[in-house]
Amino acid sequence: MALSPDEVRHVARLARLAVTDEEVAALSPQLSDILGYAEQVGEVAADDVPPTTHPFALTNVTRPDERRPSTAREDILAAAPSVEQDRFSVPRIVAEEG
Amino acid sequence: MAADLVTRSATQLAAALAAGEVSAREVVDAHLDRIATTDGVVADGDVWAAKDAGALGPDEVHAFLQVTATAARGHADDIDRRRAAGEVLGPLAGVPLALKDVLTMRGAPTTCGSKMLEGWIPPYDATVTELLRAADVVVLGKTNMDEFAMGSSTENSAYGDTRNPWDLDRVPGGSSGGSASAVAALQAPLSIGTDTGGSIRQPAALTGLVGVKPTYGTVSRYGLVAFASSLDQAGPFARSVEDAAQLQSIIQHHDPRDSTSVPQAAPDVLAGLKDGLEGLRIGVISELRGEGYEPGVARVYQEALERFERLGAEIVEVSLPHAAYGLPAYYLIAPSECSSNLARFDGVRYGLRVDAPTAEEMNAATRAQGFGPEVKRRIMIGTHALSSGYFDAYYLQASKVRTLIARDFQAAFESADVLVSPTSPSVAFGLGTKTADPIAMYLNDVATVPASLAGIPALSLPAGLAEAPDQPGTALPVGLQMMAPLLRDDVMYRAAWAFEQDLSFDPTPAGPRALAAGSWRPTTADNGEVAR
Repeated sequence: MALSPDEVRHVARLARLAVTDEEVAALSPQLSDILGYAEQVGEVAADDVPPTTHPFALTNVTRPDERRPSTAREDILAAAPSVEQDRFSVPRIVAEEG
Repeated sequence: MAADLVTRSATQLAAALAAGEVSAREVVDAHLDRIATTDGVVADGDVWAAKDAGALGPDEVHAFLQVTATAARGHADDIDRRRAAGEVLGPLAGVPLALKDVLTMRGAPTTCGSKMLEGWIPPYDATVTELLRAADVVVLGKTNMDEFAMGSSTENSAYGDTRNPWDLDRVPGGSSGGSASAVAALQAPLSIGTDTGGSIRQPAALTGLVGVKPTYGTVSRYGLVAFASSLDQAGPFARSVEDAAQLQSIIQHHDPRDSTSVPQAAPDVLAGLKDGLEGLRIGVISELRGEGYEPGVARVYQEALERFERLGAEIVEVSLPHAAYGLPAYYLIAPSECSSNLARFDGVRYGLRVDAPTAEEMNAATRAQGFGPEVKRRIMIGTHALSSGYFDAYYLQASKVRTLIARDFQAAFESADVLVSPTSPSVAFGLGTKTADPIAMYLNDVATVPASLAGIPALSLPAGLAEAPDQPGTALPVGLQMMAPLLRDDVMYRAAWAFEQDLSFDPTPAGPRALAAGSWRPTTADNGEVAR
């Protein structure tokens, strides 16, 4: 299928990627080509075939419940772009009431 | 002395170290010197940084993003002290190694070839890094790669292209191109790469090395920055099969910190390594021969099959009826997992942040600036393939095709012990020749993705030299791919070792060979004289 410029903008929004008009113009044919190629999987009759998501069918993998040191908070926070009161700091998430 | 040390295999170095003929410090210094003269690093301070991409000379390989020189020398000195004190050390103690910059190591940046993680110092070691240190393998530094391991040429790195030591105007393959070029340029005898759809095997083929993707789940992914979690697997690069087997023995290990780590014992890849080909059935995959390969690649492949026969193996024809759908399925599954995994890069906990008034705008602006074009394309494809209304036709259908490919392999392994194909359709291609066409670049992976989707072990080893169609007179490496059933890496290694002994391919390109005499710029015509 072809991805129109509007669809590219929609997918970019879902993916949290800011895109310029130039990028949309370039991505629309590129992504359409890649999807067109990948759509060949539809030629395979596979209705009754179970999907594989993993080469080994491991389920409910747990480790022994043992106490062990965790990474120090200051080591984690040292890598953060913005920290306030020992927490990650982000711009406002909820819109102000109008 | 120093020039001699860098040409030795890991196994040879380990023997000399154990015998006290050379110290770990001398070995490490010899390789650091080689990096300083060939790679394009600023050899100064505790951590040597790579020059900016624009400042790299035309003769500089650019395999490393950073060289942890002081830490490597310190580790070497410590090994020498402990050896002198009579401590029993591991089989590769004191041997240097280059680590792909997608695996974390305390105290050094991990960038994944991306501006998104520029300057990030991880607070923990990957399990692979821990195991290497426990074995006293000395990490020299972190190697260049396609951004977040997405690419087949290392041209998608945000930090400039890595060059192929066989011809500095050509790509080393990717995404583990830095790890491949470091070993081919004699900067390290060993390196670690990661393989999602061929990212160890294809660069190994293009740089004349042995490169192995172990059985999925036998090498821990803890600390391996995720691209496609159901496919990603770390593995060795080396200039010989035995060296690769030694390194794989060190890194394969069940890890409770990786929920996809297989609990079964990993195969012993050293015990039967030298048992020979007698009695082994080599399966030639009908769908992965001939069509789409360069003439030189097809010729070397044909010669390889004749060599197997001469060595006493039985050649059988096998079919993977769904192999042709491997690449389309891969380019839905891998981007889908990528779009999910890379959601974590949101400007909050680590890496880049681009300020904006709201959190969502900050996320979108950060990701727009931090990711390069190929990563954005894959995130977009994956996001679309997983989105409401498209999931069944794309991701689910691709996952069913994956089942069929795994079944094809199971059937093929009933009549063959090891399957073979060319690793890559072409020899190393020119820098910049495929960057404008994503699908042309994806086609590099046509022979390597089926094994990735099935999770089975696969390797590439040198099978000979061939001319690039665009440049008569060239002599560039061609890789042979071998695949084995799940957890039967040992059979694959055994076949590879026997093949290697008979071929006696010289893994040293003309340039690194000439460096001992003071010149470096290789000509591919010279490659032909050093290999047979």
